[in-house]
Amino acid sequence: MLKLEPRAEPSRAMAYASPLLAVVLTLVSGFLLFSLLGKDPVQAFTVFFLKPVSNAYGIGELCLKATPLTLCALGLALGYRANVWNIGAEGQLTIGAIVGGGVALWLHDFNNAWVLLPLMLVGGALGGMAWAAIPAILRNRFHTNEILVSLMLVYVAKLLLSWLVHGPWRDPQGYNFPQSPMFHDAAMLPLLAEGIRTNIAFVIALVLAAVSWVFAEKTFAGFRFKVAGLAPAAASYAGFSEKRNVWLALMIGGGAAGLAGIAEVAGPIGQLQPSISPGYGFAAIIVAFVGRLHPIGVVLAALLMSLLYIGGETAQIQMALPAAVTGVFQGMLLFYLLAADLFINFRLRWKPKPHAATTPLTVVAKEPA
Amino acid sequence: MSAEQLIPILASTVGAATPLVYASLGELVVERAGVLNLGVEGMMLVGAIAGFAVASQTGSLTLGFAAGMLAGMALSLLFAFLTLTLQTNQVATGLALTLFGVGLSAFAGREFVGTVVNGLKGVSIPGLSDIPFLGPLLFRFDILVYLSLALFVAMQWFLNRTRAGLLVRAVGESPQSAHSIGYPVILIRYLAVLFGGAMSGLAGAYLSQAITPMWVEGMTAGRGWIALALVVFATWKPWRVVLGAYLFGGVTILQLHAQGFGVSVPSEFLSMLPYVATIVVLVIICRDPKTILLNQPVSLGQRYHPDA
Repeated sequence: MLKLEPRAEPSRAMAYASPLLAVVLTLVSGFLLFSLLGKDPVQAFTVFFLKPVSNAYGIGELCLKATPLTLCALGLALGYRANVWNIGAEGQLTIGAIVGGGVALWLHDFNNAWVLLPLMLVGGALGGMAWAAIPAILRNRFHTNEILVSLMLVYVAKLLLSWLVHGPWRDPQGYNFPQSPMFHDAAMLPLLAEGIRTNIAFVIALVLAAVSWVFAEKTFAGFRFKVAGLAPAAASYAGFSEKRNVWLALMIGGGAAGLAGIAEVAGPIGQLQPSISPGYGFAAIIVAFVGRLHPIGVVLAALLMSLLYIGGETAQIQMALPAAVTGVFQGMLLFYLLAADLFINFRLRWKPKPHAATTPLTVVAKEPA
Repeated sequence: MSAEQLIPILASTVGAATPLVYASLGELVVERAGVLNLGVEGMMLVGAIAGFAVASQTGSLTLGFAAGMLAGMALSLLFAFLTLTLQTNQVATGLALTLFGVGLSAFAGREFVGTVVNGLKGVSIPGLSDIPFLGPLLFRFDILVYLSLALFVAMQWFLNRTRAGLLVRAVGESPQSAHSIGYPVILIRYLAVLFGGAMSGLAGAYLSQAITPMWVEGMTAGRGWIALALVVFATWKPWRVVLGAYLFGGVTILQLHAQGFGVSVPSEFLSMLPYVATIVVLVIICRDPKTILLNQPVSLGQRYHPDA
């Protein structure tokens, strides 16, 4: 019979292969799903995964949507390494957009982009950090669970944004739409090239991925994160402060998510409106895991997730496939990954059934338990 | 405030509390068995759409509620298989379950947006329902409200007075000991998780068939997470779960009525109340680490495999 057997050592090869396996399994499931929906799966696949990236504009869109995902997931991944479960990146992103966008609206007749844009980006990052500081303080001071607190704050942040764009920040010339005025040109992130919508934030995200790799692998703080995640007891024995880890993880996560928020509103959106993210902050959780909590992995996983978003949109327009397919794909991807991870520590072995004569021995061997 | 104003408020508080009672009592059993399932929100959403879809296709609310429970169980079975059989991380898997549930319910519900079913109506008990004041306050709720209270009584009895309940608690406190004296730890945890899934599914179906008889994407609006917080607030005790659920029902409803009383606060801030209240309540309960330490099932969230 087929038996699961613990490996003597975790398999490195499997650690890399498992995200690929998860992607393949997701694609196979997608194939079945499309067939079930009565669509030609080959055509659906072409529309979903190939068409969107068949031209420069499409590739630009891919990078554009990968930007907030990368930023959020980089911060989350660092935290998850240290067992700090920030799942409120969506809220931190929203507050980042509010603060950074607020700077843009406040300085609306200030035309020097060299001053304005850095101010907005810093404002966005600080906003996200402030929002993430709440679960950090509450966990360190009152031992509350950061999962629940950071998640609750997502709803609070979205309501706050909704109030702002319905009320005080609504564009007076906006025909009563719940939107802020459009940001003027100096408050918009410069595009990387003509004809695409990708902006400088994508480069910032890539740079931060490199920085976060250095932080995680080459600094003492990064090492403390790793120990806290892999061997909490060893971390406390070594005197590594858990509180400092919580602070650092949430500040980095919040700051990066806040940056993602301001990059969205000062990029493709161009103003504040009630909905500024189709769940990037939550999808980033999946990105972090599929990317193996590793910066390079995160960038690749963000591109993949971005393709799922774009593919979903294209498929909706061209084949009347429901856009919600994207959400199903995202969830499936994470499930398959978690399941495939089993084979990092276990392997399948074919074991012949034990002969009758040997059975008593196993029984005896188990007795002392 | 007159009785005419008070009665509908109190009555709708009970309505708002009921799904929380189901979802958190379900999760309470799961956590007492030592498993942390963060997928309540996802299971509720899938229960909500499954219930609504079946009810609107068959015209039977009973079938709808059954479908909601089955859908919640199906999702929880997936969670159980991953965490208990394949030994995946419970936090990550629970998050995955919620993300998957959000996507799946939106996907499955796209045909049902904008349709309605005839929602669950209150009972009418001859004599009792017509008593002034007490009648509408006690004897006019729908059957699931009464069943939720019966569930609470049953659970109190089950956990504290039955052998099976003792086993569930033993498995949550020390799976090693339970295993060593010959109890099937994994099986018991499977059953607990399935029960939790059924209750979350029912809670979701209650939202889409009783409170607002329609389907809206993401209609649980964080109630699954609030249910999880309630279990902590309740320090894993059923009576406190019910108390907490009713308090939260009250906050939700007060916020809806506040504007009617001339409270001139923007509606967005009032809508924040349940979420802020959740945070405040968590702070109050968790402030003293001993409260949690003494009450939380010892093996909560930890992997356990009999062979490992």
